[in-house]
Amino acid sequence: MSQNTPAVDRPDAPDRDTLLAMFEIQSRIKLCDERFRSLLTSGQIQLIYYSPRGQECISAGWGVHLRPDDYVVTIYRGLHDHLAKGVPLRELWAEFLGRATGTCKGKGGPMHITHPESGLMVTTGIVGSGIPIANGFGIAAQLDGTDQVTVVNFGDGASNIGAFHEGLNMAAVWKLPVVFVCQNNLYGEHTPMAMSTGVEFISERAASYGMPGVTVNGNDPVATWKVMGEAIARARRGEGPTLVEARTYRFHGHLMGDAMEYMDKEERRLAMEADPVVLYRDWLLANGHATEDQLAEMEEVITAAIDDAVEFAVNSPFPDESELYTDVYADDSKAATR
Amino acid sequence: MSTTTDTTITDAPVEHPVLPMASAINQALDVAMGLDPKVFLLGEDIAEPSGGVYKVTKGLSTKYGTARVRKTAISEAAIIGAAVGSAIAGYRPVAEIMMMDFLAVCLDQVTNHAGKIRYMSGGQTPVPMVIRTSAGAGRGFGAQHSELLEAWMIHTPGIKVVMPSTPADAKGLLLTAIFDDDPVLFIEQMMMYWDVKRFGGPVPPGDVRIPFGVADIKRAGTDVTLISYGRQVHDCLAAAGQLAQEGIEAEVVDLRTLVPCDEQTVFASVTKTKRAVVVHEAVTRCGFGAELSSRIHEELFGELAAPVQRVGGANTPVPYASNLEADFIPQAHDIVAAVKRTIK
Repeated sequence: MSQNTPAVDRPDAPDRDTLLAMFEIQSRIKLCDERFRSLLTSGQIQLIYYSPRGQECISAGWGVHLRPDDYVVTIYRGLHDHLAKGVPLRELWAEFLGRATGTCKGKGGPMHITHPESGLMVTTGIVGSGIPIANGFGIAAQLDGTDQVTVVNFGDGASNIGAFHEGLNMAAVWKLPVVFVCQNNLYGEHTPMAMSTGVEFISERAASYGMPGVTVNGNDPVATWKVMGEAIARARRGEGPTLVEARTYRFHGHLMGDAMEYMDKEERRLAMEADPVVLYRDWLLANGHATEDQLAEMEEVITAAIDDAVEFAVNSPFPDESELYTDVYADDSKAATR
Repeated sequence: MSTTTDTTITDAPVEHPVLPMASAINQALDVAMGLDPKVFLLGEDIAEPSGGVYKVTKGLSTKYGTARVRKTAISEAAIIGAAVGSAIAGYRPVAEIMMMDFLAVCLDQVTNHAGKIRYMSGGQTPVPMVIRTSAGAGRGFGAQHSELLEAWMIHTPGIKVVMPSTPADAKGLLLTAIFDDDPVLFIEQMMMYWDVKRFGGPVPPGDVRIPFGVADIKRAGTDVTLISYGRQVHDCLAAAGQLAQEGIEAEVVDLRTLVPCDEQTVFASVTKTKRAVVVHEAVTRCGFGAELSSRIHEELFGELAAPVQRVGGANTPVPYASNLEADFIPQAHDIVAAVKRTIK
């Protein structure tokens, strides 16, 4: 799908169920993000927030390919990845608000969402650090003899840190079932990619590890779905890792409250005008993959679920103060925590 | 004289073969891998033909295969990251960081990830892994291959820290470390690996484990308590021997595990002797001895006959020249001098 020609159908598109499943994930992310930003802006909630708005298609692109027993690792800008892997809304919202009912009992927060039941194994606040950890999940699958795949997400900035190099090299040498997804939103914190990165495409770096590298338009759901599917299938077959660079754009800067003076206003305006979720919705309708009523109903269901999750989170208690000292060690009573 | 178990230095039962510490560690790895298919090893050069730069993992890749004894690239962050991920996925990886100084290269994975992931996940994802690392001065390796950095890790909540002084303790504690559900840093002083004459000891066969948080009184005494761990326990015993000739009976408490730390045994001993000297090879400033000293003062201030003394490495990088290196490392005579400061 070319973003600018939503009326043209795609022969390479997946079946209708998959198309709608991707739309559901994208909408869940978009609507969740909008609710977070609205509640933050109005001062009803306070937390450190890294908006994933604009990057929805990437997570949806791998999300529909993964099984519940596959693993996902992500970073602090991870809300879209959490939702794409199926982390339930109530526990997710409660964790973002630091409540006892959250995925991590309120002890991790937005930068450390963990929900093993969904396969969301690690969210790290350290740029690039999820990459070597993802290899560990790959080794486990390899030793277990399963065909589980690990998808590790990171930004373009992470491709400049040492962990990226060490991790991709190790994965290639051991043919680990890991897909490295670089969500290239063109900025590493406040620095444009061109000022920090010596290659035009992050995927070029794959060559130096002897693994395939692919760049895809991460705002094109069908193309992203296809590339992710190939990389995930390759990993599942035991043929090794792939570096996927999905190019996208970050609508709301590095973190909530960012004045974005380092971003080109026109560039941002154009990117937001070409909102990939909106364009995808238009395309689904224009090509008869869904009716307006169908999509509107999906959005209503999601909105109701978000209403419920916010209600649940806001009314949940904070963790008991004894929780400060638990989960430091397996046997907290024996090891000194006080 | 000595106490309790068959892991003591001076009271060794004859039936167990006397081994160097490296062989005892190898035995522990072998036993653990034999017991549990989820145990695997990864690190630089650890597979055959070398079996590790110090031969500690000798023979294990032949016995268990290279999928379970994984020789890695020189990539410490990737090694520890792989251990973290596989541990969360249900394995019990034992990662080797060849020299403790190289921890600096992968500290993010150790502290931000191995150490914090259990807590950050609200207990959902334990990280049962061991980082074995060799350390210590005395080999003429200079400043970047000789450091003892246990204080870094003790200062990092979530990580357990072990530093054995004898082959039997090394075996028993490593087995406990591997089957412990937390990340454990296991520090092996390279000077002790193969020196059977000075540091060898009887090692019981099989799956013999020593619990964490239980100090071992390696020598009983009444006049002063020497608190140490690792190789310096031997210096404390040597110092105690010298002091005995002057009629001063020193009790030597070998902490064995620093996190968790058996403070009760320390406090009980110091309550009895009224004097304490803490001894380690790491630089003195902000070393674990500072914490121990502070804890003893907090708990027993009124009972002390003298302020707690600290003996540790110089507050410098480890120098190369043999005379300077010897000056860096605390020696038995430094311990004797510190004891005398508590008695004067």
